[in-house]
Amino acid sequence: MKILVCISKTPDTTAKIAFTDNNTKFAQDGVQWIINPYDEWYALVRAIELKEKDPSIVLHLVTVGAADAEPIIRKALALGGDEAIRINADSHDSFYIASQIAEVARQGAYDLVFTGKETIDYNGSSIGGMVAELLDLPYVSLAIKFDLNGNTATITREIEGGEEVCEVQLPVAVSCQKGMAEQRIPNMKGIMGARTKPLKVVEPVPVEALTSIVGFELPPAKAGVKLVPADNPAELVRLLHEEAKVI
Amino acid sequence: MSVLIFIDQAEGHIRKASLEALSYGAKVAAQLGTSAEGIVLGTVTEDLPALGKYGVKKIHQVSNEILNHFDAQVFANVIAQAVTGTGATVVIFSNNVDGKAIAPRVSARLKAGLVSGAVALPDTSNGFVVKKNVFSGKAFAKIALSTPVKIISLNPNSYKIETGEGNAEVVAFNATVDAPKVKVTAVNKVTGEVPLSEAEVVVSGGRGLKGPENWGMIEDLAHVLGAATACSRPVADVHWRPHHEHVGQTGLAIAPNLYIAIGISGAIQHLAGVNRSKVIVVINKDPEAPFFKAADYGIVGDAFEVVPKLIEAAKKLKGVA
Ligand SMILES: Cc1cc2nc3c(=O)[nH]c(=O)nc-3n(C[C@H](O)[C@H](O)[C@H](O)COP(=O)(O)OP(=O)(O)OC[C@H]3O[C@@H](n4cnc5c(N)ncnc54)[C@H](O)[C@@H]3O)c2cc1C
Ligand SMILES: Nc1ncnc2c1ncn2[C@@H]1O[C@H](COP(=O)(O)O)[C@@H](O)[C@H]1O
Repeated sequence: MKILVCISKTPDTTAKIAFTDNNTKFAQDGVQWIINPYDEWYALVRAIELKEKDPSIVLHLVTVGAADAEPIIRKALALGGDEAIRINADSHDSFYIASQIAEVARQGAYDLVFTGKETIDYNGSSIGGMVAELLDLPYVSLAIKFDLNGNTATITREIEGGEEVCEVQLPVAVSCQKGMAEQRIPNMKGIMGARTKPLKVVEPVPVEALTSIVGFELPPAKAGVKLVPADNPAELVRLLHEEAKVI
Repeated sequence: MSVLIFIDQAEGHIRKASLEALSYGAKVAAQLGTSAEGIVLGTVTEDLPALGKYGVKKIHQVSNEILNHFDAQVFANVIAQAVTGTGATVVIFSNNVDGKAIAPRVSARLKAGLVSGAVALPDTSNGFVVKKNVFSGKAFAKIALSTPVKIISLNPNSYKIETGEGNAEVVAFNATVDAPKVKVTAVNKVTGEVPLSEAEVVVSGGRGLKGPENWGMIEDLAHVLGAATACSRPVADVHWRPHHEHVGQTGLAIAPNLYIAIGISGAIQHLAGVNRSKVIVVINKDPEAPFFKAADYGIVGDAFEVVPKLIEAAKKLKGVA
């Protein structure tokens, strides 16, 4: 059994969002980078738990990124996993990234591909579905629970206004969110061990990007809060009804 | 050349998000000087021709029992056939649970550029550029699409539904429908409540409410306003409220018309999930709570005193006893 977990790097959740070069580039100065929370807390930790239960599982991590993604993938290895693959390319096009991941997944013949629900910077929620399509695999999105029984996965996923439990034969691609696992803190042993785990760098396959970013914009600043006295909530109701027209 | 809009249905009912997608798609078609058509999969109990009032002239329907249950792989395959069969050059999805699962598959299958989470009409003055949400609502990116077929997945609650006159012609579309590889064994729907992702008004509580036993007033206020309930992450983490109510960076991102935050500090990770709300109301006893900076209206006060009075005032407005 082989599992591939897709790891992306994102700015820390408290990072200041600003742009340079005439609003065409994200301002990286002083930004702390983290493992995308969905990839770390849910996809990776659940995969590690599966391996803890069945040590014969081979767990690989993959990231599409330039050399500056290495600290992030090492951090992920400190949590768990046998080896990491970095595909040496820098792109924000979902199809380009998905095609690279699909190529690695195909060559490694993985039974299970985990992605996070979405990246918290580009918010595509696209790569999991694209990888699934490129590999012609079933896709279970927004998984909140995942169990393996031999070659059958039992997955609970979010649907509009509820949940659904489903069964699928491997191989399958799954996008993971809250509920899959509990966040873990890497320990000293993991951090030391990660230094000696293999990190393979592979060159990308040629793929045409389908989209390009023209520029960024910040939302208009709020006009400021209108405060209503605490003893007069009726005034708030009036404002919401007559002024804001939302109730 | 036409605009094809995916009409998402569940148990025969068209989702509200799809009505937004239809209105949006009709507008895109008008902008491009072409026609808007819909595609619906499975059996629908609602009046399909009546969807003409959202601006579609024609609706393609693939009536196959397999399609009465959603499956990303099966649906994407059928929609890709419809795109090719109808000669559509722009395809619109709603960026909801189903849309997020199929739009990327259709994109990869047809090598058609995808913008997911679009918040505005495309700018066609110079190419085809679509504005989308990035950095969890903290910014927008403008994305250029240059592929022959372009796919837009529209964020729910970001385009106002417009209606006009007219009926749509419903035509059968013949597609090859595969058997799904994913077998659904149980469905648990939260019934009787407004689904959070579709709600126009959301009442949300945080750690300031002290304990799950105090959520009665949150539910009462939500009930009077026809709202859905939500909560901050720590509240779901300690199981005061179910996980599906957790909004924010790591929970659900919502964009209702009105978001009422009660006893929530307004941490940046919380704001990331709610900052697309049109109007934000904050009730917090701490005047320094960061949430006030993101709010449109606010009350500095103790929730346990303010909320019961708010419920009374809302009841009066709605004419309920
Ligand atoms: C990577 C990461 C991701 C995260 N993702 C999320 C996320 O998705 N969603 C999320 O919500 N959080 C998230 N968090 C946590 C976030 O940083 C905050 O810790 C959390 O939002 C705080 O929740 P809270 O406002 O309910 O509680 P607190 O911060 O404890 O605030 C309680 C508030 O209630 C007020 N209060 C107390 N008593 C009363 C009263 N009687 N009447 C009125 N007001 C009162 C207080 O003044 C205070 O402002 C994330 C954190 C990290 C690091
Ligand atoms: N550059 C990348 N390298 C590896 N995996 C990625 C990359 N970008 C995104 N992913 C994976 O795809 C998921 C969805 O990303 P997105 O479609 O961009 O929102 C993420 O949670 C990751 O698991």
